[in-house]
Amino acid sequence: MRESRFPIVMLGLALLFLVGPFVVVFISAFSGDRTLAFPPSSFSLQWFAKVLTVEAFQASFVTSLWLGVLSTLLALLMGIPVAYALARYQVPGAEVIRVILTSPLILPALMVGLALLRYFVLIGNNSISIGLLIGHTALLLPYAVRVVSASLANLPRDIEDAAMSLGANRLQTFFRVVLPNIRGGVAAASVLAFITSFNQVPVSLFLTGPGVSTLPIQMLLYMEYTYDPTIAALSTLLILFSILFVLLTERLLGISKYV
Amino acid sequence: MNMSDFLSLENLTLAYAKGTAAVEGLHLGVAEGELVSLLGPSGCGKTTTMRAIAGLLVPRAGVVQLAGQNITHLPTNKRDIGMVFQSYALFPHLSTFENVAFGLRLRRVEKSELEHRVMEALRTVGLADFAERLPAQLSGGQQQRVALARAFVIRPRLLLLDEPLSNLDAKLRLEMRAELRRIQRELGITMLYVTHDQGEALALSDRIVIMRLGRIEQMGTPEEVYAKPKTSFVAHFMGWDNLYPLETIAGVVGLPASTGYTHASWRPEAVLTGSGDLQGRVLARTYQGESVEYLLESPFGSVKAVVAVEQAQWHEGQTLNFALPAEKAALLKG
Repeated sequence: MRESRFPIVMLGLALLFLVGPFVVVFISAFSGDRTLAFPPSSFSLQWFAKVLTVEAFQASFVTSLWLGVLSTLLALLMGIPVAYALARYQVPGAEVIRVILTSPLILPALMVGLALLRYFVLIGNNSISIGLLIGHTALLLPYAVRVVSASLANLPRDIEDAAMSLGANRLQTFFRVVLPNIRGGVAAASVLAFITSFNQVPVSLFLTGPGVSTLPIQMLLYMEYTYDPTIAALSTLLILFSILFVLLTERLLGISKYV
Repeated sequence: MNMSDFLSLENLTLAYAKGTAAVEGLHLGVAEGELVSLLGPSGCGKTTTMRAIAGLLVPRAGVVQLAGQNITHLPTNKRDIGMVFQSYALFPHLSTFENVAFGLRLRRVEKSELEHRVMEALRTVGLADFAERLPAQLSGGQQQRVALARAFVIRPRLLLLDEPLSNLDAKLRLEMRAELRRIQRELGITMLYVTHDQGEALALSDRIVIMRLGRIEQMGTPEEVYAKPKTSFVAHFMGWDNLYPLETIAGVVGLPASTGYTHASWRPEAVLTGSGDLQGRVLARTYQGESVEYLLESPFGSVKAVVAVEQAQWHEGQTLNFALPAEKAALLKG
């Protein structure tokens, strides 16, 4: 019996599409040439050394890290109670709330960025850092709500009733029974949210300004003026950082079943 | 309501919940140390009633009293009422020991006493060797015993059990049934037991409350509800399978026709076969080991008869004589 080769060919193409660009970036990072070209004519580690000396990268890397951590924390702090309320109580207009919470996932991020810019910086007269933080938090909130909601849906209600019959009030029930049982979902939401914030360009593009910028924005600016393999070296470092981060959290918390 | 009732429901009225009848004007008293079953088909309001007693549901009207205290609006966590669920509802992240210790930790029971009480409870349910296991590492029967220990270790004033055995296989169900009764006697604990299984209710209860469409249809000792059903619904539920309108059957079997009753009923074992002046054709013959169950076609409807296997000489299609003895009939209203 002869099996169709078509699916195998398509799978190969899909993998080529997904992995191909990374291979190009990865090889270019070790280039010995002065400009970004593929394939490189010689190899060196000089561009990795250069990444570490660009001041704009250093400062914005720290900004991106802080921004990612803080906006993830804020999104979870708001998202977990929202997800819990939507799962457990008959909230009036729950469907509308769900749609609103999903909208940042559907709307073009560029539009969200523009709206946030007008809202926080131009009208609200807030500082750039606060605007960035609020913008990222708003962007991450849907991820937090959705992922936590999914793990709440698997938590039987009976165990909360049981906890209360044993003498736990609502707060004790939440912290002693609910939270420990959705920790996988919370961890998955954190990883997803952090990576989303760390890689975010369109919203940040509008909300960064003098003195405050994130790493992806600095990379974009750098590329506008300099066309050397530094950017490939930095990208390679970031990819490795992301893979390591996900592998570590997967190993520690087993998050893949929630995303 | 009786003054001596430990738990009393007065005029309890509960809103319609999804797929369940609204409970209306329910009156029920349970004495201290008694085991009372709420028995009925799914959707009859028995679980809803239990949730109201636990405080998981706010009644529309009526009063719930426990030990002379009105607890109608007391939050669940202040009621001191233990609960055992059909789904066991164990905390998946806690060991057997910690599941049982949960209520005691909330009560800030001192460490050595806590350990003592938890281990004693685990010994009572025969799981002292499983203290460190997680719920996922226990069998269904073991999980249900942990749930039971977790509920009674806090020494609740009342223990509510919602279909606790229905997720277990038949053999285990019988074992657990006996064990439940033993534990109830040992601890002298007042229990309200929700079930749809009449065998379970008959075997366990001091008293059975049969519910239908949010109302109490009949209550009494297991012997009473089994032997003297008052309504067609109870009769049917208790296995009185031969049920006929009185006007059709009265003349045939020699019962008085107008007595205020509407139906007459016979258990399949009460049907006399091989003699009598009624005739029936065998529609089906079902071998059941010790006995044979016959389904007969007769002029006033089908008749189910259970015959000892030595006497079960008739086969499908044959006609036989039988009788419905008037003295074995249950007269029913409604």
